[in-house]
Amino acid sequence: MVEVLISLAKITVIVFVFVMGVASAMTLLGDRKQSAKIQNRIGPSQATFFGFSLFGFPHFIADGIKMVLKENITPKNANKFLHTIAPALVFMPALIGWSVIPFMDHYCTGSVTTLVPGDGSGVQHYTEVCDGEWKNYFSIMHMNAGVLFAFAIAAVSVYGAAIAGWASNSKFSLLGGLRSSAQMISYEVSMGLSLAGVLMIYGTLNINEMVRMQGHLIGDWLPMWGIVIQPVAFFLFMLAGLAETKRAPFDLPEGESEIVAGYITEYSSMKFAMMQLAEYAATVFIAALITVVFLGGWQIPYVYADGIRIFGGVWTPFGEEVWYWISIVLRIGAITFKILFLVWLQFMMRWTLPRFRYDQVMTLGWKILLPLSIANLFVTALILAIIW
Amino acid sequence: MGNVNVKKVDRIQQGLWEKSYIPEILRGLSVTARHFFRNLNPNKEKRTIFTRDYPEEPTVYSDRYRGLHRLMLREDGQVRCVACMCCSTICPADCIHIEAAEHDDPTIEKYPDVFVIDELRCIVCGLCVEACPCDAIRMDTGVHIPPYTERSTAFYDRDHLMELGGLSQAKQGGDRSVAKS
Repeated sequence: MVEVLISLAKITVIVFVFVMGVASAMTLLGDRKQSAKIQNRIGPSQATFFGFSLFGFPHFIADGIKMVLKENITPKNANKFLHTIAPALVFMPALIGWSVIPFMDHYCTGSVTTLVPGDGSGVQHYTEVCDGEWKNYFSIMHMNAGVLFAFAIAAVSVYGAAIAGWASNSKFSLLGGLRSSAQMISYEVSMGLSLAGVLMIYGTLNINEMVRMQGHLIGDWLPMWGIVIQPVAFFLFMLAGLAETKRAPFDLPEGESEIVAGYITEYSSMKFAMMQLAEYAATVFIAALITVVFLGGWQIPYVYADGIRIFGGVWTPFGEEVWYWISIVLRIGAITFKILFLVWLQFMMRWTLPRFRYDQVMTLGWKILLPLSIANLFVTALILAIIW
Repeated sequence: MGNVNVKKVDRIQQGLWEKSYIPEILRGLSVTARHFFRNLNPNKEKRTIFTRDYPEEPTVYSDRYRGLHRLMLREDGQVRCVACMCCSTICPADCIHIEAAEHDDPTIEKYPDVFVIDELRCIVCGLCVEACPCDAIRMDTGVHIPPYTERSTAFYDRDHLMELGGLSQAKQGGDRSVAKS
């Protein structure tokens, strides 16, 4: 019973507070205010909350109220059932994937010690061990095949877009749905292959284990983050991730200059808002995936649960008990910061780059990213076979 | 046939540097990031935001902005206009209506008894100001023509236009004392 309650609390905090908070705040601050700043504008400032514009934040509430009050239109010849269910199919995968993202290491009931090279334990790297029991408090689900799960769920959102495109009974929607499914499936291939190299090095599909391994220090000073050991894969993954979220410069599925709004053409009211929110939630989710796989997840370099370790020295401020809690807070803050930074970067990309032509998107996906990721995989395998 | 002038334009050859996109993307990102952070500066003076909160903040017009008309005054407060009809003649929108009357002062031949400008018809071309021989009508109030809900309020009569007006630096009719001597 207690476990159920804890799970519910985790779901509430992670999905509703963090993801929805960040994703919906991004609709506003990221997409409007940031673009305004980049283009030397002020951005939305007219909606006020008791006379305070609060950096334009009340626009989010105003938008919500407006969307709820709008008429919900289903086109006459549309498939009513599929047309209604499609926004949920787009939206759900973006939220379910969060169940495997760890916001912190498991909580250790005993004391944590970091094994360092040269202390007689025979360990080459910096690994944290717990003499008590690991308790999973900081991710909704602890899964051995977490990465696979996240990818499988992320791939499901193709169905939502395709169904939305087909069920609307509009040519623009159909084109948008086709484009989005073709684009997402092509980029998923290079995404998965670029990840394979990282998986070969980590040797695990468990996301929390992957993050724990990124706390290792190579040669006592270089953090073993995914971006350090697999820079090419990081780049490919980031690019494919951008394409996965169907946002500029890869926003062809809804290229408004060509096909109105793509597969969301026929949507109105809150269903439209769901489609939009799903896009933002997917952006945040991709940022989280990149963070845990390539940017060290909750790890902060040289900061461990039992003290700060730089150049062989150990410094534990405030004693071990207090420091453990401080490290927990720091690490949650670190992963949040990393995710937000990546989201910011994706928005910057959106407002920097012009849109690709559709054939260019396909060329980039199949002729450049895919061979590069296969080459990266091959070289990684070769190096691992020779020196590991 | 076949006599089309074809001008060959050399394509700009992209090197590997440009073709790899990455350095160019980084360059573009640096530009947008620079704008982004510059406009986040807490010191509002240093931001480069060009938009204005228009209804809350007044718009700044240039000195040469053509706004509402005004009729200039003589030194004794009478209207400068001598009802020569130049402005109403040149007005392409035909929005100036003048009825001349004889002035008591023999040095001033005529004055406008009725001077009405229909601001709704006015196309703000400024030709009346150009045509006026004695600097009697100007459009330099710096106030744009407001929207009207009642058509009759758009007719600006002489007294209203004179309220907007002021003294002119120009001397009307020349300096007579110099001419006599």
